[in-house]
Amino acid sequence: MNILTNAQLWASTLAMAVPLALPAIGGTFSERTGVVNIAMEGIMLMGAFFGVAFSYWTGSAWVGLLCGLIMGGLLSAVFAWAAIRLAADQVVLGMAINIFAAGLTAFLLDTIFGFGGTPPQTPQLPTLSIPVLSSIPFIGAFFTNQSVLVYVMLVIVVLSHWFLFHTRIGLRMRSVGENPLAADTAGLNVWRLRYAGVIIGGVLSALGGVYLSLGILNSFDVNMTNGRGYIALAAMIFGKWTPLGSFAASLLFGFATALGIALQNHGISANLLGMLPYLLTILALAGLVGRSKAPAADGIPYNPQR
Amino acid sequence: MTSFLEVVDLVKHFPGVKANDGVNLTLHKGEVHSILGENGAGKSTLMKLIYGLYQPDSGEIRLEGKPVKFHSPRDAIRAGIGMVHQHFMLIPALTVADNIVLGDEPGGITYKRAEAEKKVRELSEKYRLEVDPSAKVEQLSVGLQQRVEILKALYRKAKVLILDEPTAVLTPQETEELFSVVRHLKSQGIPVLFISHKLDEVRAIADRVTVMRAGKTVETLPIGDATPQQLANLMVGREVVLRVEKTKANPGEVILDVQQLRVNDTARREKVRNVSFQIRAGEIFGIAGIDGNGQTELVDAIAGLLPIVGGRLRFLGRDITRLSTAERTKAGIAYVPQDRQLDGLVLDFTLTENAILRDFKRKPFSKGGILFHKPAKTYAERLINLFDVRPRDVNRHAGDLSGGNQQKVILAREVSREPHLLIAVQPTRGLDVGAIEGIHKQLLRLRDEGKAILLVSLELDEILSLSDRIGVIHSGEMVGIVPGESATREQLGLLMTGVTNGEATEVTTR
Repeated sequence: MNILTNAQLWASTLAMAVPLALPAIGGTFSERTGVVNIAMEGIMLMGAFFGVAFSYWTGSAWVGLLCGLIMGGLLSAVFAWAAIRLAADQVVLGMAINIFAAGLTAFLLDTIFGFGGTPPQTPQLPTLSIPVLSSIPFIGAFFTNQSVLVYVMLVIVVLSHWFLFHTRIGLRMRSVGENPLAADTAGLNVWRLRYAGVIIGGVLSALGGVYLSLGILNSFDVNMTNGRGYIALAAMIFGKWTPLGSFAASLLFGFATALGIALQNHGISANLLGMLPYLLTILALAGLVGRSKAPAADGIPYNPQR
Repeated sequence: MTSFLEVVDLVKHFPGVKANDGVNLTLHKGEVHSILGENGAGKSTLMKLIYGLYQPDSGEIRLEGKPVKFHSPRDAIRAGIGMVHQHFMLIPALTVADNIVLGDEPGGITYKRAEAEKKVRELSEKYRLEVDPSAKVEQLSVGLQQRVEILKALYRKAKVLILDEPTAVLTPQETEELFSVVRHLKSQGIPVLFISHKLDEVRAIADRVTVMRAGKTVETLPIGDATPQQLANLMVGREVVLRVEKTKANPGEVILDVQQLRVNDTARREKVRNVSFQIRAGEIFGIAGIDGNGQTELVDAIAGLLPIVGGRLRFLGRDITRLSTAERTKAGIAYVPQDRQLDGLVLDFTLTENAILRDFKRKPFSKGGILFHKPAKTYAERLINLFDVRPRDVNRHAGDLSGGNQQKVILAREVSREPHLLIAVQPTRGLDVGAIEGIHKQLLRLRDEGKAILLVSLELDEILSLSDRIGVIHSGEMVGIVPGESATREQLGLLMTGVTNGEATEVTTR
């Protein structure tokens, strides 16, 4: 069991948690305002693809990051419009977005970059070591040579918690997800708050996608999110629709992934270990780890005429 | 007295309905003014017009003498109109303070929760509406939730408070508490518009009353001048029988024999403790008690919806303690549940489908798993004619009907099965005077046909006017069984709080 005392395993747990925690927190924002969002997978793909594409075209990974976020935000705005304004079924809509994004990014990859895929000279986001923290024994591994987005995520976790639970607008967003009619009669603009929740959620999901394509690697592969958007969904539920909970759940799933990779060198089937995070997902969604309660108006379109 | 809020010739049409048709109302400063009317008389429409949820077709609303036009509730709130809806506009997952300040929270970007709680505490002290600001709303009783709603209006500086059927969801004690809150608000100079269809409550709380019928305001009169009979007649538009005429019961054989029954609720708390009583054919046995003292569990156990922990249940001499609900139904027990919309009907089904809800497995309604619609329809038509359900259209959905007519459908379905015992829980809850009269007549007719009836109600008047014998339940025990003809409100009231029968009789006869 000396694997568990290997600091590298824990550092990689944190790294693996990023592309789960970001969309999970994104989903939290959306669902806290009352819009069920299963489109994280598709939005991540959009972020991942356009992040790489613009990074290559402009020669700047940072511009790539920004464009990835904008594209993710745009797609989620379309989702929000259909879900909020047109009151479309949110689950069907989310599924449609996922399939659309998978198809679109695969098509664009082929037509723009051809069979070779994204060029190897695409700029990547930098890695960073935090000066003092990285020299602490054991713990230092968390802060050594991690992608800059790992630190960004840590800030986002704390900031999101503060935003949702300690600001006026956070209170308003949560109230809209619980009882929109009550919020409306209290003078709040239900639709606008829901748009905000979904679009913030979309941008965070896209950031998770950008991390995959520009944070870890500097390339885009067809369907490179590989179901992480859905695991994020499980992490969000597991984390009881809170940013801190989502992060904790993402760490658990990240650990399962990291452990799988570490154990591969010990002669255990990679395929078998690859199932680990998904098995945890099923257990989490089946409520075996404690029931959690969704926002009361989650998934119900608001129509003030009724 | 100066007028605070005035409604002049207000008209609001909906396709096919004149919901408000020339409504006039004057609310004075410092008065409690009641609007009395049956369901569908236009009370809710009027409230929605005043609150800016609807805009009037013609007519005028004046606030402190000036004409006002509200395009949304926000306008009304800003003008100082506070409204407590029948269905609360609260967010259960948030705290009391969160709910009250929502939309006008203290703080800049950050939300100053401590300050919100302090403000709420000050407000609740000022108006004597005690409630814990940091408690989650979902943990509060309905009565306390209503306080939160009132505080919400006061926090927004309401100058007038509209209470829409506020007692419909309250227990008798909570109603009393609400009344003292209303009186205190009045003394603080806040006029209250109190919407209700309950005569006794209006008489207890209001200074003046305006009666509405069929979209029109019929009359406004000081409460001192109005007798209940007069008000009821004004509401319904004809002579109403307030207290049903009842002949002496003619009890026959024992139908239901309950011996030392013990029942737990779903959370395994002991709710019924060694309760024994009998019901005979041709009598109405009423169960009186304060809500939550075991009545629900007792009738659920008799109907077979809750398991019996101890004791015996005999029905027509046969031990049915261990029978399933379906077997009891077959043996001849009919059940009119407390929540007609949740347990009594499928609101999205037609009347035909609802009529055969218990019998669809039988001939002639089905054979070999195939439903036959024609006999079901004929059957349903016969039922709604017999019980005068309106509209007389078996293809309508149950959800389209008024509460009184929904209850008639349930009663018709249950009674047409020719049961020996009918259990009716709160059969007239939320119904208006005319509909209550109808249901009461039906229950008495059934009694006179020789059925045994178990009536559970929180309304003492209902128990007193219908029951031949009255059992009073207090914390799960039957504390007394008294004859209906000699029982008084005071005696039952004392028994309901746990005083023994001997003491209660002594106190009330002294």
